[in-house]
Amino acid sequence: MSLLRTTERPRALLVLADGRAFEGVGVGAAGHANGEVVFNTSMSGYQEALTDPSYRGQILTATFPLQGNYGIDDISDESREVQVRGFVVREMTDLPSHWRSRSTLHQYLADRGIPAIAEVDTRALTRHLRSRGVVMGTITRDETTDEALARLHGEPDYAAVDYVATVSTNAPYEFRDPRVILDLPEDGSPPPRIVVVDLGVKRNIMRLLRQRGAAVTAVPHTSTAADILALRPDGVLISPGPGDPMLLDHVVEMAGGLIGRTPVMGICLGHQVIGRVFGADCYKLKFGHRGANHPVRDELTGRVYITAQNHGFAVDGDHLASDVIASQVHLNDGTVEGLQHRREPVFTIQYHSEASPGPNDTEFLFDRFMSSVRSGDAVRHAR
Amino acid sequence: MREEGIRSILVNSNPATIMTDEEVADAVYIEPLTVEVLERIIARERPDAMLPTLGGQTGLNLAMDLDEAGILEKYNVRLLGSNIRTIRLAEDRQLFRDLLTEIGEPTPASEIVETWGQALAALDVVGLPAVIRPAYTLGGTGGGIAHTHEDYERFIKSGLAASPISQVLVEQSLLGWKELEYEVMRDSNDTCIVICNMENLDPMGVHTGDSIVVAPSQTLSDREYHMLRNSALKIIRALGIEGGCNVQFALAPRPDVVPWAGSDSAARLPYHVIEVNPRVSRSSALASKATGYPIARVAAKIAIGRTLHEIQNSVTEKTTAAFEPALDYVVVKIPRWPFDKFGTGDRRLGTQMKATGEVMAIDRTFEGALQKAIRSLEVGGRSLLWQKPEWTSEPPLDATDERIWAVLAAIRGGMALAEISRRSGIDPWFVERLARIVEMERVLLHDELTPALLYQAKRLGFGDREIATLADWLPERVRSQREEWGIRPVYKMVDTCAAEFDAVTPYFYSTYEEENEAPPSGRERMLVIGSGPIRIGQGIEFDYCSVRAARALQEAGVQAILANSNPETVSTDFDTSDRLYFEPLDEESIRDLLANEAGDGEAPPTIVQFGGQTAVNMAPRLASAALPIAGSSAEAIDIAEDRGRFGEILTSLDIPQPPGSAVSKIEDALSTATAIGYPVLVRPSYVLGGRAMEVVQDAEELGRFFAFALAENTGAVLIDKYLLGAEVEVDAICDGVEVLIPGIMEHIERAGVHSGDSMAVYPPQYLTPEQRDAIVDYTTRMALAMDVRGLMNVQFVIAPAAQPDGPGVFVIEVNPRSSRTVPFLSKVTGVPMVQIAVNIMLGRSLADQGFPGGLWPEQPLVAVKAPVFSMSKLVDVDTFLGPEMKSTGEVMGVDHTFEPAVRKAMIASGLEVRPGTPFLLSISDQTKDEALPIIRTLHEAGCRLYATPGTARLIRALGIPAETIPKRLNEGHPNVVDVIRDGLVKAVINTLEGGRADVRRDGFHIRRTATEARIPCFTSIDTARAAVASLATPGSYAVRPLSEYRDPSTIAPANR
Repeated sequence: MSLLRTTERPRALLVLADGRAFEGVGVGAAGHANGEVVFNTSMSGYQEALTDPSYRGQILTATFPLQGNYGIDDISDESREVQVRGFVVREMTDLPSHWRSRSTLHQYLADRGIPAIAEVDTRALTRHLRSRGVVMGTITRDETTDEALARLHGEPDYAAVDYVATVSTNAPYEFRDPRVILDLPEDGSPPPRIVVVDLGVKRNIMRLLRQRGAAVTAVPHTSTAADILALRPDGVLISPGPGDPMLLDHVVEMAGGLIGRTPVMGICLGHQVIGRVFGADCYKLKFGHRGANHPVRDELTGRVYITAQNHGFAVDGDHLASDVIASQVHLNDGTVEGLQHRREPVFTIQYHSEASPGPNDTEFLFDRFMSSVRSGDAVRHAR
Repeated sequence: MREEGIRSILVNSNPATIMTDEEVADAVYIEPLTVEVLERIIARERPDAMLPTLGGQTGLNLAMDLDEAGILEKYNVRLLGSNIRTIRLAEDRQLFRDLLTEIGEPTPASEIVETWGQALAALDVVGLPAVIRPAYTLGGTGGGIAHTHEDYERFIKSGLAASPISQVLVEQSLLGWKELEYEVMRDSNDTCIVICNMENLDPMGVHTGDSIVVAPSQTLSDREYHMLRNSALKIIRALGIEGGCNVQFALAPRPDVVPWAGSDSAARLPYHVIEVNPRVSRSSALASKATGYPIARVAAKIAIGRTLHEIQNSVTEKTTAAFEPALDYVVVKIPRWPFDKFGTGDRRLGTQMKATGEVMAIDRTFEGALQKAIRSLEVGGRSLLWQKPEWTSEPPLDATDERIWAVLAAIRGGMALAEISRRSGIDPWFVERLARIVEMERVLLHDELTPALLYQAKRLGFGDREIATLADWLPERVRSQREEWGIRPVYKMVDTCAAEFDAVTPYFYSTYEEENEAPPSGRERMLVIGSGPIRIGQGIEFDYCSVRAARALQEAGVQAILANSNPETVSTDFDTSDRLYFEPLDEESIRDLLANEAGDGEAPPTIVQFGGQTAVNMAPRLASAALPIAGSSAEAIDIAEDRGRFGEILTSLDIPQPPGSAVSKIEDALSTATAIGYPVLVRPSYVLGGRAMEVVQDAEELGRFFAFALAENTGAVLIDKYLLGAEVEVDAICDGVEVLIPGIMEHIERAGVHSGDSMAVYPPQYLTPEQRDAIVDYTTRMALAMDVRGLMNVQFVIAPAAQPDGPGVFVIEVNPRSSRTVPFLSKVTGVPMVQIAVNIMLGRSLADQGFPGGLWPEQPLVAVKAPVFSMSKLVDVDTFLGPEMKSTGEVMGVDHTFEPAVRKAMIASGLEVRPGTPFLLSISDQTKDEALPIIRTLHEAGCRLYATPGTARLIRALGIPAETIPKRLNEGHPNVVDVIRDGLVKAVINTLEGGRADVRRDGFHIRRTATEARIPCFTSIDTARAAVASLATPGSYAVRPLSEYRDPSTIAPANR
């Protein structure tokens, strides 16, 4: 078996809707992958990223050239399946090395039917996306550029699809994780219950809540505020997820019915939905924020945090309700990164404090949420 | 600092660096870094604050000494960057361990010991193998990993000696664990960021300075990366550092199968914190170059109170410094070791750093970066294909400088990859990557070269030369085939952000991909070739020249392009030049980047004068590829290097040189030597730094040398009459019409000691006017005859006895390039030598620039340049001064007269002797007469004398008491080694006769022990005389900025 397997792999193309094509070799599964082509600058965390539901409908490009070095393990999937449509890399390692590794990245993608392309000049692709903006693209092994382009033009555009419907759970379920044993309150009272509105939730969000002593119930995106309140939650977290927040009127309506009734935290798409509740519009960024090195300043404390981000849309801070402040901003482009209600226990973040992948600098926000949950708890029990 | 409008005062004793250039700070002091000198500077300048964290360990130690002496308090000087508490926390092993335990960070089982008795007790706790780390030392000096009880005793004793507070840490060995480093930055707002993480290819056990290092880490999962990142941030916060900091970790490679030890609170974490440096370190320099993030600049701004989000990211000019760089390439650093010069040195690597320098390479694959880094090492053209003939099926895989080659040899020999990984401790990921290189070697050996195969090989970093070797082609044919098939590198930018933002840094590396980001600028430009890794014979001086050359080009309105492979340099700061190519400095890379610069037009001219021998060696290759060279032509360079042609020129000019010739057969060598008479100086032609140069006394030694030279296949051997006399050197600048000689430097040691290891004085103290005129005359006529354009260095020996009817000035060597004395001479004379030379290359004559020909007026100062050695770390290397260069750096002492200047040079180079210092003397017969006045002076200065039997007799004959110490180790105690180890003597004079190997062996123990005990050891009677002279004249010395020495009229009366 040759160690230089790239030479034996089929040629493949990544064709963009604007006509630009990149050559490479086919890895992962055979077949076509169509999606919005985006890039992520994180240098590690491919397994977590590939299984992040927020990438639904997208072809992910890794700017770090070596992918698959530490293989695939049993504990890093962030959802039940690979969510990206396709994966674009400079090099995909066939020889991973890690004590946790159970499989290679190539095999993992192949087994799950996800096409990928390697040996691509991903820096050239990134520069293209950065200057032109994200664009639809397709990975193919059996077509010419023109054929792929013609086919791609017949596919639905990313913007037109409600991806949340494809990633959200169909029915409520209790989150359990054998690695996190729930510490029950010493006085025998039930643990606080957090309802997570699953717009494409990552497991680590629920894991971190559970680590903090919460019982976690995930509910579908189609739930109404009444459905959720009927579960008697001590707090609600509206999760991240894929796609355009302007398509999610029903979730905006649900969120509006929760605010003021229970502590609410919103992350990423959840933040955008709550932004809409507060009167803001959302708009699409040229090429989004995707990576593990995004600096965010907390306007209330002046502190700067390095955050993991993965979003293509942002909240327009201009038309926010007067009782809501844009509490956090992105240092690079000044976009809104967090909202805070002046009176109600509601706060949101555009970035991913749950990391996985990425830095853990803002994991304390889950503590903040839980403490507002617990103080609410105290109020309710006192009543 | 200047950007912030702060008046800055810089102190350093090193004249070779760009840092001590007068334009770098508002006041530059080139003075010894001692408490006394610093106090005088502080008293005079009255600074508000001091920043010690950018000057490495030396700066931190000095800050602590100043604090202890109460000087910071006395003058109300605030410490920036790290406060004393922080420095102590990070440096004092016990305090640091306590702090880590307090914040729940795991550290290996360890004990702090200050005596041998405590060390014995500690052994019970820690067990063998154990790591011995002395407190407060540079590069782990004095420490090591002990596998046996004997090793343990040896390391404890050398460690206690090396530590200024006589304290060492004995630590559980984590041999075989992964070693990682995080470069962290924190500001006063408590914003913390990680600039870069780095993974050592060599596992724990090898000093990180001696490890092959990869950035970013390659084998860590996201979870592990952030586990260690969290720890690093926690530590920098606990230490309260405002600025940069480096944290080193050991990570268990298999926490699932191997239980790991650790302190209780953190026993479940699969890592240990190994070390923290609360300052900008060598690793920070590497991290800066690896990421493009200017760590030193940002750290300086943080030190004066700026916060990260207020500092602009100078790379993108849009974002701020508060972010973490994202790399979209792989960086490989390989240390450069001096074993090519110290053949007898112990090549094993451990916790004591042995490398003198390092190279870095960038590519989009690990294999590419590794192979480019190997090409950058400049180790005799040793590519990854090299292997030792004796390496058969099982090459030694223990840690030595040759391990990477041994691993490849093992793969070629068919050893199982898992076995290689097990034996070496190198992670399987790296071994498998190396196996891919070997696989490609096999394909190249057996298959016909096709465009696809060649492209694939280039993407894995194979050089044209290696491909040619494997495919059995000539390298030039590989190149032309590449051109025909359109396989050429593109250049990609190092931009800190993985292309997320448009960046303005002109910092590029080559790779084989689709898109090129470095089109030719279309403006007038020139390429300056840098000097590659720091090694013996080619130090930081050449970086000074490269940087000055780039500035001179820019000042003349010409774009400066720089090529270099060394991350430790200023020339590889991305704002030094208009475009930086971080590339190997070999023919392939230079021609490739020139082709890129040419685009559809002409390649820009290349300047080869400033990058030492590395750059000059490129001249014939550029010339044969019809690429233009700025300054002296390849022809002029060839004349200087070709013994025959050079001899003809000298003869035609009637300029004397020591008799001799170039020979290639032993018979010719013997007859030449007999004709000119012994002793003779022998050396292979085309060498750098006097490698393998020796003074030979008789035919037998000559035969031995010749056998060695033939074995090394060095080509012809040069044999010269060895003239005993003073050595003198000059640097000159020639425009083809006039020759400017900024100054003459006289060596304190006689000829026979390599010029790079000699102490040199400006202006000369003993030359007669006649000799000086001859030197100026010869230099001028040679420069014109060789048609030098730019810089030239000439070395002379003054031997009046050999030429009774003339001045007695003989030419030993000419180099038509900048020499290692250029920064020294530029600074002391005030003549901007590099700038003048560059302007000559741009067509402006000396006259145009307002400089006359001839010798520049002597300045009213005396400056002494002294070498600095790092030999205490190189076990088994003899430390005597000889024709082979051994020093790795230099310091300068400057004053208004000779004695204080020498004294300051001695202080700065660690050779200062004070009245009452007990001496051990072992003087050779040849130098006994000369030793007499030295002995008297020592006696008068109250120095107790110990001596070997012959020398003791000599001393007693003067009526001076001396204690006889047996010379040989088997003749009772205390012997010479004992008196040094036990601290009875605090300085050694040990001169030796000629270069005879058996005589050398005799004193080897004395010199080695003295070096390891870190006491002055004089092996040249001349150095000893100069050092001892300052005992006789203990007067004071001045402390003032360099410019005031040059122009005393600028000194305020109060300071005179």
